[in-house]
Amino acid sequence: MATKTAATATQRNKAEKNPILFERTPALTTAITNYCPGCLHGITQRLVAENLEKLGITGTTVGVSPVGCSVIAYEFYACDMVQAAHGRAPAVATGLKRAHPENTVFTYQGDGDLASIGMAETIHAATRGENITVIFINNAIYGMTGGQMAPTSLPGQVTQTSPYGRDVKTAGYPIRVCELLSSLDGVAFLQRVTVDTPSNVRKAAKAIRKGFEYQRDGLGFSLIEVVSTCPTNWGMTPYAALEWLRENMLPYYPLGVYKDCKAGE
Amino acid sequence: MSNTATENVSDAVRSATREAANASPDLNILLAGFGGQGILFAGKLIAYAGLLDGREVSWLPSYGPEMRGGTANCSVCLARTPIGSPLVIEPDVLVAFNRPSYDSFVDKVKPGGLVLVDKTMIDVCPLREDIRFESIEATQLAEDNELKGLANVVAVGKLLQLTGFSTVGQVEVAIEKSVSAKRHDLIGFNKKALAIGYDTVSPKDCDR
Amino acid sequence: MGEKILMKGNEALAEAAIRAGCRHFFGYPITPQTELAAYMSRHLPKLGGTYLQAESEIAAINMVYGASSAGVRVMTSSSSPGVSLKGEGISYMIGADLPGLIVNVNRGGPGLGGIQPSQSDYWMATRATGHGDGHVFVLAPSTVQEMADLARKAFDLGDRYRMPAMILADGLLGQMMEPVELPEPLDPAALPPKPWATTGTQGTREHNIINSLSLVAQILEDSVIKRYERYVLIKDVEQMAQLEYVEDAELVVVAYGAAARIARSAITAAREEGIKVGMIRPITLWPFPTKAIKNACATARAFLSVELNTGQMVDDVRLAVDGSVPVSFFGHTGGIVPTPAEVLVAIRKACAGETFHLLPYHSTLKAGE
Repeated sequence: MATKTAATATQRNKAEKNPILFERTPALTTAITNYCPGCLHGITQRLVAENLEKLGITGTTVGVSPVGCSVIAYEFYACDMVQAAHGRAPAVATGLKRAHPENTVFTYQGDGDLASIGMAETIHAATRGENITVIFINNAIYGMTGGQMAPTSLPGQVTQTSPYGRDVKTAGYPIRVCELLSSLDGVAFLQRVTVDTPSNVRKAAKAIRKGFEYQRDGLGFSLIEVVSTCPTNWGMTPYAALEWLRENMLPYYPLGVYKDCKAGE
Repeated sequence: MSNTATENVSDAVRSATREAANASPDLNILLAGFGGQGILFAGKLIAYAGLLDGREVSWLPSYGPEMRGGTANCSVCLARTPIGSPLVIEPDVLVAFNRPSYDSFVDKVKPGGLVLVDKTMIDVCPLREDIRFESIEATQLAEDNELKGLANVVAVGKLLQLTGFSTVGQVEVAIEKSVSAKRHDLIGFNKKALAIGYDTVSPKDCDR
Repeated sequence: MGEKILMKGNEALAEAAIRAGCRHFFGYPITPQTELAAYMSRHLPKLGGTYLQAESEIAAINMVYGASSAGVRVMTSSSSPGVSLKGEGISYMIGADLPGLIVNVNRGGPGLGGIQPSQSDYWMATRATGHGDGHVFVLAPSTVQEMADLARKAFDLGDRYRMPAMILADGLLGQMMEPVELPEPLDPAALPPKPWATTGTQGTREHNIINSLSLVAQILEDSVIKRYERYVLIKDVEQMAQLEYVEDAELVVVAYGAAARIARSAITAAREEGIKVGMIRPITLWPFPTKAIKNACATARAFLSVELNTGQMVDDVRLAVDGSVPVSFFGHTGGIVPTPAEVLVAIRKACAGETFHLLPYHSTLKAGE
């Protein structure tokens, strides 16, 4: 049904002899996403897809979806997709990559998946220099299960399971994933980006592209952390959530390149 | 592939040796000593010779923490019919390479069975009168002949002489097949150790 | 006929897996399956394959999940506590209809347990290799030759039915050496294609999805029932058992793996005493060889299950016998291997008309339960 709608729009454009300004990228299917209004997943997901197309690798790419809000990402990407158990995406990606090293393999994971239940898989895939690309969505909360404290929730952040604010004395401190992984020799590329403004979206697109290029060149593990919002579970309007991200998330999770094996070349 | 298989045994040899094997009695052998004395290797030579003879064979090591420097023992069964339990609990033959092993297992040997000890390591006379007791200065003989570490194969030679579980020729082939491909220089030393054990007449020092 | 060589069970299984076209192994160290992983680490890299020591059993099984998604023959091996950890991944493999070989060189449990031979994981293997409503093939070798033969069988069955397959062995079979004739090697490239695998669309087809998530109840029910129908077919056509002296047997011993070896020695001795006893040795534990057992009910007056646990498979024997004749049990656990003499005592008792559940904890052999 969605395909028909898209085709109709194209036909209409042709009929009216108008140039097409914006289209669905072929690396995404016509399936309607299940993300909440104002969620940044849609932007990041599209940036990944656009880069697959730009690099001409959609047909030789296998993506791994996690457990979390993006669990159904296998419906949205037009490349081959594998759904992984909670936190295990880097291990599943390892199996896929070792079986077919010529293919591009990426995982798309949230903070609970990557930095909590799957931390061992994350660190070990990184230190092995596993030649895969990890897209890491950090929005400081468990979205799919309804807003519980995440490993990246900020000190004092109120969530369903930290109703008085995250108390670091009992709940510990947030994990800064890029900083943590930056000491590992197997890591080729680490960058923290966000997609709150058009300019930042462009920077994020470049970072994701770099991750895929490094994989293509066999340089090792690459991870792009995308600092994101969760308007629904943060209890804010999408715009207020972006403001909160800039005021609270970015000071704790500074944007930038944390490792680049090509730096200085 | 592991270091085991190399060449085929011809069918003629197989049937000839199978005949010989069928004439041989079933033997349940327990070899015991310290880790590092080559107990498992000695057992493997016996089992491999049995395989070459066309017999049913099994080899089972004790495993676990004792693998690391403690006691090591190894069950070897040679039989005419398929082997049930490969675990030798009541051996027909005990080959003991140290005192603790001897003490642990001598009472388990079947009446009428054989106990062979490395006399260099065990200075003991048996209390049991219903078993045959034999000894060989295996460790000493190995050292005297610049075959340090091959007391195990010296003992296999002696066991071959005592029981005729196979032939010298077959055990030599077993050596060729069991020595790691990287250590082929050791084949000659192993064969020499086998011959020394096979040719040694041990004194009857436990007079009864 | 190829040459017979002397090999350890764990190594024979590993070599046979390689010869079945398996080039990818993901594992984690645990006794008593060590030789299997070590063998793979020596040989797979030379064949252009992957040996990867994972950070955990959980990661290892999920690497198997990934490689199987990519369409290759892949395996992992572990022992009881490690297989518990793999339960999650095995369940996902079942849910995503993925083949793959899991070797469990069983040790005594529960908990960390011991490392000596045991069959304490029968229930886990046949009932619940993970959460959910599903099964894996469970194959039980009894000789080193079968360690090799069943490795290939497991890959073939797994690929044919798109299911994980488990080889349930024990420390005795893994560690012992016996003569083995290895199968001819298969070329991995010549294996049947897997059009469902996620190998990249190459722009020529719709995307493939490997997935076990199904949020719509009706769709999930349909897919689970469809898989169940496959199980029904498998139970009909894939049962395997070895029958010995069953034709005239008044007592049928049911035993698998190492326990069957000990039972065979006891049965030979019992036959010499004139006792009409035979043995059914299940080779597939799932599907359980119910047909062989039902057929044996024609002559058998009693069954005796002999296991290296406190009585697990005996449940399946009872289900198959369905109340028609009494079923007794004799076992050792904790890593103790019964002697043929002990089993012979149990055979004599069962033939004398006694029904019992015997565990040597009772210090003298007397009827329990």
